[in-house]
Amino acid sequence: MDNLCKLGFLTTEILLEGRNIHEAYGRTKTGIVLSNANASLDADIAYFETVKNIPSPAQFVYTLPNIVIGEISIRHGFKGENAFFVSEEFDAGLLEFYVSDLFKRKSIDCCIAGWVDFLGESYRAVLYLVENRSAARSLPWTTEHINKIYELANGKING
Amino acid sequence: MTKPVSIAGVGVISAIGNNVQENLAALEQGKAGMTKMEYLSSAHKEKLPVAEVKMDNIALAALAGMPAYISRTALLSAIAAKEALQNAGIQSLRGLRSGFISANTVGGMDKTEDFFADFLNDSGKGRLRNLVHHECGAATELVADMLGIKNYVSTISTACSSSANAVFFAARLIKQNILDIAIAGGTDSLTKFTLNGFNTLMILDQQYCQPFDENRRGLNLGEGAGYVVLVSDKVAKALTQAPVCALSGYCNANDAYHQTASSPGGTGSYLAMKGALAQSGLKPADIDYINLHGTGTQNNDIAEGTAIKLLFEGKYPKMSSTKSFTGHTLGASGGIEAVFSVLALQHGLIYPNLRFETQMKGLPFAPETVFRKGEKIHHVLSNSFGFGGNCSSLIFSKLQA
Amino acid sequence: MADLKRQIIAQLNLKDLKPEDIGDDQPLFVEGLGLDSIDALELIVLLQQEYKIKLASAEEGQSVFRSVRTMAQYIMEHQPKTV
Repeated sequence: MDNLCKLGFLTTEILLEGRNIHEAYGRTKTGIVLSNANASLDADIAYFETVKNIPSPAQFVYTLPNIVIGEISIRHGFKGENAFFVSEEFDAGLLEFYVSDLFKRKSIDCCIAGWVDFLGESYRAVLYLVENRSAARSLPWTTEHINKIYELANGKING
Repeated sequence: MTKPVSIAGVGVISAIGNNVQENLAALEQGKAGMTKMEYLSSAHKEKLPVAEVKMDNIALAALAGMPAYISRTALLSAIAAKEALQNAGIQSLRGLRSGFISANTVGGMDKTEDFFADFLNDSGKGRLRNLVHHECGAATELVADMLGIKNYVSTISTACSSSANAVFFAARLIKQNILDIAIAGGTDSLTKFTLNGFNTLMILDQQYCQPFDENRRGLNLGEGAGYVVLVSDKVAKALTQAPVCALSGYCNANDAYHQTASSPGGTGSYLAMKGALAQSGLKPADIDYINLHGTGTQNNDIAEGTAIKLLFEGKYPKMSSTKSFTGHTLGASGGIEAVFSVLALQHGLIYPNLRFETQMKGLPFAPETVFRKGEKIHHVLSNSFGFGGNCSSLIFSKLQA
Repeated sequence: MADLKRQIIAQLNLKDLKPEDIGDDQPLFVEGLGLDSIDALELIVLLQQEYKIKLASAEEGQSVFRSVRTMAQYIMEHQPKTV
C-alpha cells in the first residue's frame, strides 16, 4: 500500500474500532465518500522515481486517489456507493450534500466520509462515520458540525 | 421516484473526431481512431498503438480559444464542453444556477512531464508557476472560468468510472434544486505516465484491441473529452429545442475485491447495473442497447460479461464497446460513452464492436458487428468500471411524450 | 535459491518474512504465500532487473511463478550466458 492508502486504511480502523457496522447496516448499504487536495500526487512521485529504472506496477496501481476507497472496501467488504473528490480545501458543504443525498435516496444507511491527504512529509486525515440511526454522543450531520470536527481535529492532529 | 433530469445537449472530442458530427461519421463508417503514436513522444512509439486526438496543442488551443501553455487535458475539456452548450442551444447562462462537474485522472501530467524534462536539463528553463495548473482540479477550474460557470465547480477522480460519476452527481444537484443546469462528463489526455503504467500492468494490446473477443489481448489507450448538458424541468421548458432524452437511472457500487482487477463474477458491475435499473423503474428486458465498458482486457470483459449474463438471463440486449473506436480514454470514457449513448437514442443507432471475431467462452451472447440506423431505441445502458473497484452504470431513456 | 528468496522479499516489500520462511516448493500465490496479480507483475520486473530475462505476457508468469523452485529453474534456463 502507498502512504495515502495506509493513512486512510488506518484512520478507518480507528474510526470503526468497537463498532460492528456490517451487522448493523449490511455491506452493500455502507458507502465511502472521501476528498483531498493532492489526489494521488504522493504515489505519482514514488512511481515516477521507478520510471528511471523499470516502472513498478505495484507503485503505478496507487496513482489514483480512489484506490484508498478500494483498499478500505476490500478490508471490510463494503460494496455501497463510493466517490472521491479533489478540491483545494476541505469542502464540508460538498460532503454534506453528497452524503445526505445518498441517505435520502436510501442508497446507503451508513457512510465513511471525510478528508484523506498525503504529500511528502505532511498528511492529514479526518474521517466521519455517518449513520441513519443516531448513536450515543453523535452529532447531527450538518455542514456546521462537519466543519467543527474538521477544525477541532486540525488543532490536535497535525501532520 | 422523482422525475428524471433531462439531457439537453452533448459535446465530444476523441480520436475519431473533433466534434459530434465527426464522431458520428466515423462510427457509421467503422473508422477506428488508433494509429501509430504521433503527438506523444514515448519509447514505446513503434510498439504500442494509441488513439490520439489528431491535433497538436497549438491547434487545440486555437479551437478552444485558450492559451496553448495550459494542459492538453484542459484544452480537450474546453472544446467538448463548449460544443455541449452550443448543441443544447444555450447562448447564455445568465440568470441560471450553473455547474461544471468534470472528471479526470491525469490532470496536467503531460505538462509536468515536459516541465521536468526541460527543468532537469536547465533549471532556468521551466516556469515553476505553470506547475500550479497541473493538479486534477486545475483543469476543471480553468474550463469553468472560460465557460463563465461560477456557482458550482467540482472535480471527481475515481479512475475509469470518474466521468459517469460526474454525470449522475450533476443530476442529483439539479434534482435537489441546487442547480438549474450542469455540464458534466470528463476529460483525459494521453501521457507517458499512464502509457508506461498500463504497460507495467501488461494489459496493453500491441495490436488494435478486440473487446469482448475470446482472443482479446488488452486495451489501447486513448484520449478525449465528452460532456452532456443536464437541465432542470424549468430550463427544459424554456429551451428553443426539446431535450434529447432523460437520465433515468444511475448507480455506483464498489466491487471490494482488488485494487485494479474486477472480481470474477463481476459483483460490482452487477450491483451497479441492477441498481440503475431499479432506480429507473425498468426491467432488464426494457434495455435496447448496452454501451459496454468493454476495455479489451481479459479481466474486465469476462467480469462484465458474467454480470450481464446473470442480470439479463434469457434476453440479451444488443451491445458493443465503442472503445474499439476511441481506445480507452480513462477519466473521459464515461463522458464520451454517455454522449454516444445519448446519440444512439436520438438517432436510433447501434454501434459496431470493431474487429470482433470469436464469441467468448462461457458467454451466451456476442457484441454487434455492424452499424445500424433507424432502430427503435428507448433505453440505453452505459457501463463504466474503474480501478479501486468503482463501478457505475447510467441509463438514458427517451422522454415520455 | 536463498538469493532468489531474498530478492523476492525485497521486491515485494514482504517485511515480515525471512528467506527461510518461504519453502522451495511452496505455492507463491493465493493458497500459499498469498501473492496476487500485481505481485506477479513485480516478479516480472525482478526477472528483468536482476536476470535480464523478459517475459512476454502475464500469462507466461503463471507457470514460472508457481514456486521458488520453478522460478529458479526458469532463470537457469533463460539467463543470458554473459551474466
